Amino acid sequence: MPVISSSIMVDAFNIYDKMERNNILLSFKGDITSELLTSILTIMENKMENMQEEPKMKKKVYNVLVECLQNLYHHMDDVADAAGDVNRSAIFMIGKVNNAYTITTGNYILSENVNGLRGRLDEVNALTKEELKEYYKKVLNNGEMSLKGGGGLGMIDIARKTGEKLEYNFLEIDNKVSFFTLNIKINQISL
Amino acid sequence: MEKYSIDGTPKTPTISFDLGSGVLEIKGRSIPENSIEFYKPLVDALDKYAGSPKTATNVNIQLEYFNTSSSKCILDVFKKLENINKNGSAVVINWHYEEDDEDMLEAGEDYQAIINVPFKMVQVSE
Repeated sequence: MPVISSSIMVDAFNIYDKMERNNILLSFKGDITSELLTSILTIMENKMENMQEEPKMKKKVYNVLVECLQNLYHHMDDVADAAGDVNRSAIFMIGKVNNAYTITTGNYILSENVNGLRGRLDEVNALTKEELKEYYKKVLNNGEMSLKGGGGLGMIDIARKTGEKLEYNFLEIDNKVSFFTLNIKINQISL
Repeated sequence: MEKYSIDGTPKTPTISFDLGSGVLEIKGRSIPENSIEFYKPLVDALDKYAGSPKTATNVNIQLEYFNTSSSKCILDVFKKLENINKNGSAVVINWHYEEDDEDMLEAGEDYQAIINVPFKMVQVSE
C-alpha cells in the first residue's frame, strides 16, 4: 500500500475547505499557457451559461477575465528569465459570493518592478470614471504597444469596466522577487 | 478581384476584406495573446488598398469581445482608414454593438473621438 503523508491530506482538505468557504468556481496554479487560457475561458463561459448569468454580467466577467489572465501570461517570462524557472508559475481563482464575482491572481514579479507597478495601480485607482475614459484614450492613442501586450491598457480597462478600485498586495519573497496579488471585484450593482 | 480573408477562431475574428469592392468586415472575438502578429496581414492589405482605393470604403466592425492588446491594433487599422479617407475614398465605419452592451458602444465612441472618419453606431439585437 502506498504511504501518503498525512500532512498532504490535511493540506488538501484545508485548501478545499478554504475554496468552498470562498465560493471558488474555478482555480488554477501552475504555468500559464495560451492553451490554458483558452480552456479557462471556455469553462467559465459554460459555467456562467449554466448558472443563467445575466448577459451583461457574463460579458463583464469574460472581458475582465481575459485581461487578468493575459496579464499573467505576458509577465510570466519576466521573472523566469531573471530569477529562474522555479518562479514560472502563477495562481488564478474566480469566485462568486451573492451577486459579485471576485477574480484573484497571484504571480511573482521582480522586486525592482514593484514600485513602478504600485505607482501605475495607484494612478488608476485615483481616477474617476470620466478620468479613466480620458486616460484610456490617451494611452490607446499615444502609448507605445509592447510586443507582449496592450502597453498598459489592461489595468485601466479593468478599472473602467468594473467601476471598482484595483485591490493589490506585494509580498517580498527575497531581494530579487516579490509575489503580486491582484483582487478584482465585479459587482452586479455597479453595472 | 483581390481579397484578403481569414476564418474566425475562438480567439480571433473572421476578417473579410474585398479590395475590389472596398468592403472590410471584422466579426467575432478578438482576444489573441499576440495581436500584432494577427493583424499584420490586414494592415499590409490596407497599405496595398491605399494605393488604389475605391471611391467608397465600407467598414463593418461587429465584435463580441476584444482585449486591450487588440484595441491597439484596431486603432492602427482605423488610422490606415483615416489616411485612405483623407486621400479621396469616402470611408464609413459601422460599429456594431449588442443592445445591452454599453462597454462595446463606449469602445466605439472612444475610437470615434480619436479617428477622423465618419462612424455609425449600429445597435444589433442579441
